[in-house]
Parts: sequence; structure tokens; C-alpha cells
Amino acid sequence: MQLSNLEIVPGQRIVKHLGLVQGSTVRAKHAGKDFLAGIKNIFGGELMAYTELLQESREEAMKRMVEQAEAVGANAVVNIRFSTSSVTMGAAELFAYGTAVVLEERG
Amino acid sequence: MADLYIFLILLALGFTIGTTVEKRHFRSLIRREAEHANLLLIASKLPTPDLKISESHLVGGNAVISVDYFKRFVAGLRNLVGGRMNAYESLVDRARREALLRLKDEAEKLGADMVFNIKIETASISQSANNALGSIEVYAYGTAVKTARR
Repeated sequence: MQLSNLEIVPGQRIVKHLGLVQGSTVRAKHAGKDFLAGIKNIFGGELMAYTELLQESREEAMKRMVEQAEAVGANAVVNIRFSTSSVTMGAAELFAYGTAVVLEERG
Repeated sequence: MADLYIFLILLALGFTIGTTVEKRHFRSLIRREAEHANLLLIASKLPTPDLKISESHLVGGNAVISVDYFKRFVAGLRNLVGGRMNAYESLVDRARREALLRLKDEAEKLGADMVFNIKIETASISQSANNALGSIEVYAYGTAVKTARR
């Protein structure tokens, strides 16, 4: 599966558009990690636990998007966008969307 | 009275450790930015047609950075009179640069030499109900390409 946030894939031609595909995940924070992050909040600096958590969630959202793209028979997703929103206190939604397409090698 | 002592201790800890951590972070940012100087980040949507591109991949990097207790207090005071919030300006600057550096790391691992269509997304992560802005997350993404410059 070729992923790109450009509108095209260089060197390849889009032969078919299969519409919008999306994937999302809502994650809550781990209470223990949240407590540690609370301490870290006094000193400032990077909150490694959250960085990892959000990255993992984003990968999960992307995986779901790719599954959807595979289901409609695409071999690439172009123009991918990410968005983050907090749903409730302590939980975040990570959302990925793009256009599923069929690519062909430019001959 | 005990509350006041705790507050003062937190303020002092936040100031001393927070400032050290920030200075160290800025030094490391400057050093790593110099190391990655040959990887071009380009915000334009499409690669120019004169480039011969052999491969492209989606790459991204994120960072969650928190502000320290002292700065949060200073920012609270600043809120009363308005004006520039230095405390938060350095926070978002650090987070953005860190996220971009991680994107560059990933792009370089793939052997890319340019990254197109960079998008930077910022989200604030609220720690708990009582403090509004605790930390922010920045996610930077783009499409890394391998070029054979003609």
C-alpha cells in the first residue's frame, strides 16, 4: 500500500478514484502514566509517555484507514490528512483520512 | 501556611529544573538541526517536474512538551494584563522543532533527500480539569521522496 500526502504519486498514474477512506481511534490516558506526567508537569519538558501513546494511536488510525482502502480494492491512498480532537477530558480522538486510488506504473 | 511553602517549593523547582531542561533542549535542537541540514523540507504541495523521483513515503514525527510550574504561574499573571506570552512561545517553538526533527530522522532512515507538502498540526492536551493549558502535542507530516537530481 503506497501512502502519500501529496495529490499524486510521482512516477505513477492514477487510473481510478475509489473515494474517501478513513480511520479513527479514541484513546484514553493510562492512570499511572497520567500521574507520572502530572509530576513531569511541574518541571516541564517532554512527556515521553504521551508522545508514544499518541504515535501508537495514530498508527492504529492509519491501519484502519489502510484496511478500508484494501477492502475497496485500492493500492494507494493519496492526499492523507491527520486531525486530533479531544472528545472528553483525558481522551483524544486521532483521525486519518485520504483518497483511495488505484495506481499504475507510468509506462 | 504549609500551602504557601508547597507553592513556593514547586515554583522554585519549576524555575530551576524547567530552565535547565529548556536550555539543554534548545542546545540539542540546534545541534541536531545542523546535522540534518542537507535534508530539504518543502511546504509546497507538488514536487517540481524537473525532479526525477524514484520513491515516495509518508513520514511523520510528533512531540508532546509540557510547560513547567513556574512558567504556568507567570503565564497566569500575564493573562491579567495581556501581551506576549514568552513562556508559551518557547513551548510551541520547542515542540514544533522537535516534531520536525523526528520527521527528518524518519525520512533519512528511508534514504530520502527531500520532504514535500509538510503539514504541522498542533493540539493542546489538557492535563486535568483545573489547569487549562498543560502541554501541547505537535505532529508534523509530509511525503519523503528519493530523488536522482538530473
